[in-house]
Amino acid sequence: MIRSFRLIAALIVGLAVSAGAYAGAYADGGVPLPSPAKATGATCVEPADIMRRNHMDFLKQQRDETMHLGIRDGKYALNGCVECHATDDPKTPAAVKTIEPFCGECHAYAAVKLDCWSCHTDKPATGSAKK
Amino acid sequence: MTKRCPTDTVRRQVLVGASALAGVALTPGFVLMTAPKAAAKTASEAATDKTRWGLLIDTGKLDKAACDALVAACNAEHGLKPASRAEASAQWVRRVDIKDKTTGATKSLPVMCQHCENPPCADVCPTGASFRRADGIVLVDKHICIGCRYCMLACPYKARSFGYEPVSDQKPSSPHGVGTVSACTLCVHRVDVGGIPACVEACQGIAPGAMLFGDLKDPDSAISKKVSEIMVTRIRADLGVEPGVLYAGL
Repeated sequence: MIRSFRLIAALIVGLAVSAGAYAGAYADGGVPLPSPAKATGATCVEPADIMRRNHMDFLKQQRDETMHLGIRDGKYALNGCVECHATDDPKTPAAVKTIEPFCGECHAYAAVKLDCWSCHTDKPATGSAKK
Repeated sequence: MTKRCPTDTVRRQVLVGASALAGVALTPGFVLMTAPKAAAKTASEAATDKTRWGLLIDTGKLDKAACDALVAACNAEHGLKPASRAEASAQWVRRVDIKDKTTGATKSLPVMCQHCENPPCADVCPTGASFRRADGIVLVDKHICIGCRYCMLACPYKARSFGYEPVSDQKPSSPHGVGTVSACTLCVHRVDVGGIPACVEACQGIAPGAMLFGDLKDPDSAISKKVSEIMVTRIRADLGVEPGVLYAGL
């Protein structure tokens, strides 16, 4: 019993120390806010504040309409996001841009995992391959 | 036609009502039967059950090389690349060689998802990921596929592939990936905007007339006229799944 109490106490102290170290690294006020890169297009399909809050709903609605009804000219296409928001990616060669750094900036901040890119391409279409 | 036009519909109804040729007129103004005029849908329209997409494959015009070329065209269109193990590679269309053991006659034919009227894959799917679209195209909604592969067991045509390995550099129009089942989509991304499947397009150069794509519900379409003239074979017709892919010369 005493042994387990000691263990718990040690854990609490350990956590407090690591939390202190963490706070020290961000002494100027917490985790830095995400700053996703600017898109190449002039305007987005919706204002930025609406996109930040609702992009997942727009995408989900359109994916169901496209997949099940075959409506293919909606404005909230995932491929449209990729076309505009692809930027330099440290994981790919210099010439190859992907959208992952753009999405990852906020998704890492909010700790929300997205797995769009296990099936969809994260690279913009090139030339004739564009469909 | 890029947008639905209400005026157009009205004009069509007037023409149908006025024309005795369109059906059997019992009394003036009453028409017993009218032929629905099906047209390829535009990108903004939803698929409807007025259309039933079908494929007629004339095996007499296809040899081994032509079948392999069709498979290559499919792989190129959808960005299907070989997996590290050959058995794990996705194949949306494959060449099947058949032989009559009595006579020794051989034949090669391309076999893909047969886009059944009563798809067993959709029957068994526990999540509703396998489904049949209103216009007869059978698809996997990979967003809700859990990768159980029950559909692969249920499919009598071995038409589906499982994503065993992570995939990268997919074509924007053909998403597919690890942990989900994929199969021939009848090139739905082309068909939805008025196009034809990639294999049919490739076939026009390799073996003209060997593959015919069209609307089986439109009596004026080339495929409907053809299937009303010649005897066609449905693979495993005994199962009653009513494939949308029909074969001639088997």
